[in-house]
Amino acid sequence: MIDFTVWDIVRNLLDAAQWTIALSIVAFLGGGTVGFALLIGRLVGGRSGAALIGGYVQLFQGTPLLMQLFLAYFGLAMFGIDTSAWLAAALALTLYTSAFLTEIWRGCIAAVPRGQWEAAQSLALSFSEQLRYVILPQAIEVATPPTVGFLVQVIKGTALASVIGFIELTKAGTMITNATYQPFLVYGFVALFYFAMCFPLSVCARILERKLHAARH
Amino acid sequence: MFDFVAILGQWPLLLHGVMWTVILTVASAPVGVAAGAAFAWVRADGPPWGKAIVATYVELIRNTPFIVQLFFLFFGLPAAGIKLSPEASSILAMVINLGAYATEIIRAGIEATPRGQLEAASSLALTRLQTFLHVVLPPAFAKVWPALVSQIVIVMLGSAVCGQISTEELSFEANLIQSRNFRAFESFVVATAIYLALSIALRRLLNWLGPRFLFGRSA
Repeated sequence: MIDFTVWDIVRNLLDAAQWTIALSIVAFLGGGTVGFALLIGRLVGGRSGAALIGGYVQLFQGTPLLMQLFLAYFGLAMFGIDTSAWLAAALALTLYTSAFLTEIWRGCIAAVPRGQWEAAQSLALSFSEQLRYVILPQAIEVATPPTVGFLVQVIKGTALASVIGFIELTKAGTMITNATYQPFLVYGFVALFYFAMCFPLSVCARILERKLHAARH
Repeated sequence: MFDFVAILGQWPLLLHGVMWTVILTVASAPVGVAAGAAFAWVRADGPPWGKAIVATYVELIRNTPFIVQLFFLFFGLPAAGIKLSPEASSILAMVINLGAYATEIIRAGIEATPRGQLEAASSLALTRLQTFLHVVLPPAFAKVWPALVSQIVIVMLGSAVCGQISTEELSFEANLIQSRNFRAFESFVVATAIYLALSIALRRLLNWLGPRFLFGRSA
């Protein structure tokens, strides 16, 4: 048996944490893009479009992320796509993230007073101009704190990718535990690494929120 | 191409899974919320060292994944001499997880208590505990109940992970079914649909229960 020093454990976990970060970034950027497209769809799609996207949001918020990962993993295979755990995890987390972000952002757009839309219309701005020059700059200010806060949920969500065999921080923790028989130490480190990634973001979200409230009162 | 009959034919397994998902949720939700209320009290009215401990607990839990918390309890604690069954580990992990989020949610409700209410309570010679239980907590619950309901639903959905330590809840049974008949996609579609129904039912139930039993209808 190979002897693992504490440094070996930490070094291997740090390696795997890079994949947690990579998957988080892909899910966040992908989810942000899809979420923004859905947001626009909700604004221009009329009642049926809004209902459709509302159903999409309900579907992802009302089912476990773990099931979504399994469905992506086995679903892609059914359609003849050569599934890697990486692809399935990236797809499932992107869709999951998009559902939450589009819902968060919808609330932020709704927080912009109606008069702003009307004023923009009365200046004969086109819809995209209204959005770009009048609504979005105001909505983004409100949207930043909860969006940063949700990034914490995305990072924690990537831990479930370990279940379909994607080797990130949690999966690496399981593998190292199987080799070292030191679950207390290894999972303690795993938790600590997640904390090191998430806690600064949580603090950042809180500070942004406080600034926003201070600016508005 | 799809064969859902093969899955639905396994309904006794699915039912067994649903039963365990419900048991995990019903066992952990009240304890988690009660723990949250107690911790929120410590944060609002406790000694400085108590506040520090609660703050650390809340941040540690909210900034680490549930699956890691579960693995730490189930695989890690036996190394420290505490051995728990999969079911007990699952419930404990859910209580600890919900407790941290409930603390923050209920604290927000407590902070919104008007000063006059506290002054009125102290002029009636209520003790600090009485004031908290009868004056502060009911309106706080009424204010944050929607957020608390959402969090309980999230914890119920999160219990799908408990199958990973062989608690026989719904996702575990879905996995078992697909390992027997290789209909993985259909099996997880059915399980996902059941989870969706469960989350809608749980949300309705809690929205009905809260105003009737936890805080006055008028609140």
